[in-house]
Order: sequence, then structure tokens, then C-alpha cells
Amino acid sequence: MSPVDYIRRPMPKQEPFERVRNFDEVALGYPADVAREEASRCLACKKPGCVDGCPVGIDIPGFINCVAEGDFAMGIRKIKETNALPAVCGRVCPQEEQCEKNCVLGKKGDPVGIGRLERFLADWEAEKGAGEAPPLPPLNGKAVAVIGSGPAGITVAADLALRGYEMTMFEALHEAGGVLTYGIPEFRLPKAIVRREVEYVRSLGVRLRLNFVVGKTRTIDSLLDSFDAIFVAAGAGLPWFLEIPGENLNGVYSANEYLTRCNLMRGFRFPAVDTPLKRSARVAVFGGGNVAMDSARTALRLGADEVHIVYRRSREELPARAEEAENAEEEGVIFDFLTLPVRLIGDERGWLAEIECRRMELGEPDASGRRRPIEIPGSEFSMSMDASVCAIGNSPNPLIPMSTPGLDVGKRGNIVVEEETGQTSRERVWAGGDVVTGAATVISAMGAGRKAARSIDQTLFARR
Amino acid sequence: MFPVVERRMIVPNVHVLSIEAPEVAESARPGNFIILRPDEQGERIPLTIADWDTSAGTVTSVFVQVGASTAKLARLKPGDRIPSYAGPLGHETEIDRFGTVLVIGGCYGLGSIHPIARALKAAGNRVFALIEARSSYLLYWEDRLRATCERVVVITRDGSRGYKGHVTRLAEILALEGIKPDRVIVHGCTYQMMEISGQTQPLGIKTIVSMNPIMIDGTGMCGVCRLTVAGETKFACVDGPEFDGHEVDWEEFLARRESYSSEEVEPLHRSGCASHF
Repeated sequence: MSPVDYIRRPMPKQEPFERVRNFDEVALGYPADVAREEASRCLACKKPGCVDGCPVGIDIPGFINCVAEGDFAMGIRKIKETNALPAVCGRVCPQEEQCEKNCVLGKKGDPVGIGRLERFLADWEAEKGAGEAPPLPPLNGKAVAVIGSGPAGITVAADLALRGYEMTMFEALHEAGGVLTYGIPEFRLPKAIVRREVEYVRSLGVRLRLNFVVGKTRTIDSLLDSFDAIFVAAGAGLPWFLEIPGENLNGVYSANEYLTRCNLMRGFRFPAVDTPLKRSARVAVFGGGNVAMDSARTALRLGADEVHIVYRRSREELPARAEEAENAEEEGVIFDFLTLPVRLIGDERGWLAEIECRRMELGEPDASGRRRPIEIPGSEFSMSMDASVCAIGNSPNPLIPMSTPGLDVGKRGNIVVEEETGQTSRERVWAGGDVVTGAATVISAMGAGRKAARSIDQTLFARR
Repeated sequence: MFPVVERRMIVPNVHVLSIEAPEVAESARPGNFIILRPDEQGERIPLTIADWDTSAGTVTSVFVQVGASTAKLARLKPGDRIPSYAGPLGHETEIDRFGTVLVIGGCYGLGSIHPIARALKAAGNRVFALIEARSSYLLYWEDRLRATCERVVVITRDGSRGYKGHVTRLAEILALEGIKPDRVIVHGCTYQMMEISGQTQPLGIKTIVSMNPIMIDGTGMCGVCRLTVAGETKFACVDGPEFDGHEVDWEEFLARRESYSSEEVEPLHRSGCASHF
């Protein structure tokens, strides 16, 4: 028996000085030989903790064994049994908090790079063009509508299409993918990959209706006349602001606006495209999550001289993936920890000129278990900035709750569902993803979709 | 893809655009707007709905050619197809039996106030219209308003029709015409809506304005359309587009409306309508 190998194989990345000048993907993926080496580190545990850590329950040791053996075709097939979006999940899942967190190798060394191997297989399949739609069962006579074409919606559409349902997926914007398309930047998740995954779902017979705003173009009640069930996955599309003076100055953006201009509308190519995106010299990003990192790194790529992440807690509490914070730091983003913006100050033309901040210190842990930041009186200081991006979170999109009588909604506008099934207070209506939880991860949305698909199938099947 | 049924310049620089979008037509109400893209490289542009035909499945808007994107729209021909057409968006105009209602239109608003006037009349109101243009040759759809409204009052900047001047004369004109509105609804350029709100406030006349900020998604997602109404931040796309004109922070709105002027509406400053933005 070979000795246990505790060292994870590094993944090649574009060098920081190079990548801040382009929007190409930063991480380049394992070559096949390195992937096989990394896969060979897996101990093939009898009770694999990694699978418990996966919200969609991928057969992780199974696919890793295939990689180690060099049977990549079988490997990708195994993943696709449970996950319609492997190229996406391999890139943007927080594996360090899920599957990889439970890997036994992590106790003494580096856990197996599960996400990197998932990505490797998905990319291998795309490159080979070997993507094959699994055989579809005959249509079962039931039609289901999915509202939103993000990760939760795609999961339900694929799962139910594979069980013989006639599926229609409605998307309000002009491109499918939800947050994968408008939110996550090209350098972290190339849009060609999102398009490929959407094409895969369409190859399962799912009909895609773009530019269709459910709640406005047609209501849920009206769609219930044409569909046996509806799954609502409309996302967390209502940005929060800090609610401090000066937030309606020009040059003050929500992360949603900033990223949508760049990603969905391709504003980084302005004027080759018509949607402009300001190239600001000094940019402050408020927040510490992945969206904040994405915004800061986007600002750098647009040519900013100086980009700050302004975060009220310390490095330890950063909600962003460690890898993303590291990437941002390598690229030259400046982190202002324990700093709270308190006022935005404009010039005489109504443009942002300065941000006033206050220093913070950490007190006792709060409800989230993180130490509560407390303002230090008299610690005000200001920084000159010509743009700020607010990346502190989003509420669920209000269009469907507003237009659907009898649909129970929680305090923050989130649709209330039964935890295990995703069933809402309305008969034949399920919901999942960020519209239920508020902004969360791609994979948790997919997990919610998986549960809802099962429940929809059981409910409609029982009625047949 | 959405077929263009009609695109026609009705008066200089002002075009009607009818698109085949049966589901939008089915749900359209007075005061709603749509968002379209003229082509794959195009911006998402919000346009107020000026009419719709459920049997033909068409929706009509009126737009003023001001910048690069509306120039693209102005080149569309019947039979062309545009890649995006989403709606109807925003809340519909509040229609109730208010008593006497004055609808005021300028620019694109000469078109979009018509369905509002129609709905108000159907709800049992006395409906008057006041329309404003720089000169008589820029008026359109007056016949439609005349068919719906008890009286149509005209103001032209050059005096070529009706009263000479600007909506700054509103209070005076109302007195001369003997119109005592319980409510005023304005669709027009920002300057006009701001001016009218300023005139009606001392008269105590409830005034509804249709805000037309920059938008991207139009579904509440990006927040670029935010404005301050009664001291609170609102999103024009999902909370509006109509608000109480006496509660709008106009100065802030005008500044935000300008935020991309160098990139987006730069050509606007060469048009006669420049002072209106």
C-alpha cells in the first residue's frame, strides 16, 4: 500500500499582474495527469463524509475513482446522475465548507481537491464534445413551469425532464442562467460554460422562455391554468443599501448593478456594446462576501488605480471563500478591515467624492456566532473615492410575492416553504433557492431544487 | 425574437414602435412600461406603453430619438425582429373615480397619457387633457385625446397653437379654462413633471408623475432606477414608475438621470430637447 499523500496538487492560475488586465478565467484547471495524481490521493472511505457534505449528494468517491483510473467518461456520467451543473459547481461551490471539509485527509493535511476534479471532468467532457444527453423517458402527460433559470431552476427543470415531465423554464432577463449569468464574473465563471450547461438542460427537452417576467407578463395564478405545478426560483434580486447619507449620489452602485452591467450587458466592452460601465479610478467596495470580491476584482480589471474592500469585521469573519479573498489580495485589492462607511459625500455635480468611515472593534459574539463589530467613537476618517459598490446582500425579488395572493412570505420578503419539500402555502406551487433563503450559494439552491423536484414528482405522481 | 409591426416617425424625432408580443399585450395596463433591446449589442431601454391591441397581440410605445440606442430603434423596419421585449413592467396607473382629472403630456407622454385618459373616463371621471410641445408641428395623437377628453388644451412654446409658453403657466391656464382638477397625472420629460409638481403643490392638487430614470433589468434587481420619494429610497421599476410629484426629490433625480449622459445620451445635447433633461 502506498503511503498517504497529504499534499494537494496546485492548480495553475493566470499570474496576478497578467490577469488584472483581462476578463479571462483566473484558475486554469488541472491537466489530465495532475488530475489523476490528485484523484489517487482519495482513500475511498467506507463511510464517505464528503458525500454527506454535498447538498446534492454526488457519489464523490465514485467519480474520483474514475478519474484515478483514467475513465473520465464514466466519471462525468456519475456526477451528472445527481448534478446538472458540474462545470459551474466545480468552480463556484464553497467546497472547503462542504465536501472537502469532511475529507479525512484534511485532519492531517490537505483534503482531496474534490471541486477541482469535478471541474476537470466537466471541462474534459466539454472539450471532447462527448456530452450526451441521457435517454429520456416518454412524456408522462404532466407539465411543470419553472420560474427563473438560475441554479435552483435549472436543477428542477433537469430533474423533472429526466422523469418525463414537460418542462418550461421562464426567465425575466434576455439570457438564461440567473446569478450565474448576471452576477458571477467571466474571470471566475466563463459565460460560455453557463451557456453550455443551459444548452444541456435544453437538450433534455426543457423549453426556455426568455424575456418573460412572471408576476408581470403572466401571474402565477394564470400559469396554474396551463401547468400542473410551478417551481418558483426567482432569486434574491432586490439589493440592500447601507442606508447611510449620500447613497443616491452618482457613482454609487449596488453590486447587482455593477456586475450586471459588466457580466450580462458586457459593459466591459463598451463602446463595442451599448451599455456603459464607468471606468473609475478609485473604488470602494462595501461588504466581505464573494460578491464584494467579484466587484472589487471587476473594478481592477476595468482599470482602477486603487480598489478597497471596506468591511466592518475582521479578516477572520470574511464570508467570502478564502480562495477568492486571496485572489483579490494577490491582484492588489486593499482590505480595510474593521471599517464602517457612515456617510458618502458628493461633489457639486452630485458625484461621489469621498467616503467617511468609522473604525470598529470586535465585541461579544452575536446571533450569527461572529463577534459583533462595535463602533469606536471619534475614529472618523475619510477616503477620496469616485465610485462605491455596495455588496452587503439582497432580499428575494418581490414581483412574485406581490402578485400572488395567498403565498406566505416571511419578514424579509422570502417565500415561506416546508423545509423538506419546498412546498409553499399555495397548492401546486413550490419554491427554492435564494427566493426562499435570501442570497446563499449555488449549490444550496441546487439542493433545494433537488428536494422540490422530488416532492413535485411524488405529489403529481400520487394524483395520476 | 419579437417582430416589429410598425416603426414610423410621426413628428420630427418622435417615433411610434409597435411590436408583436401577445402576452405583453394581454397583460398591459395604463401606465406600465416595457424593456426592450434593439439588437444583441444593445442596451435595455425602458419605454412607457402608449397603446396595445390584444386581438392583434401588439404593444405600442412612442419614443423620442435622443441617443445611440434610440437611434437604433429609429432604424427598425416592419418585419425586423428585436431580441428582447419584456413587460408589462411597473405598477399600472391608479384608476378610480377621482372626480375631475387633468392628464398632461409632453414628448413621448402625448402618447402614453391616452390610455390613462381612456381608463379614467371609463371609471366615470371628467377628463381634461393638456398637451405641450415646442411648436404645433410636434403635436401628435391629439385626435385620440379629443375623442376621449372633455377638452384638450394646447400649449406651444412658440405660440403656433393654443397658449404660448410653457407649463410654467399652468396655474394661470387652469384658471382661464375654468378647470379645477382633483388630480393631475403627468407623463413627459423630467423638467416638465418637476415644473408641474411645483405649480400644483401650492394649489393642493394631487399630482402623479411617471418617473423615467435609467434602468437595466426593470425587475428590482439592480437598483439603478432608485430615487427619493417622501424621504425614502424607492425603485422606479417595482415601486413606481408613478409617484406623487410633490414627494419626489427632483434635484437628486435630475443628477441621477445625467449620470451616463456623456456615454448614453450625449447626442441628446445636439437635439432641441436638451433643456428638458
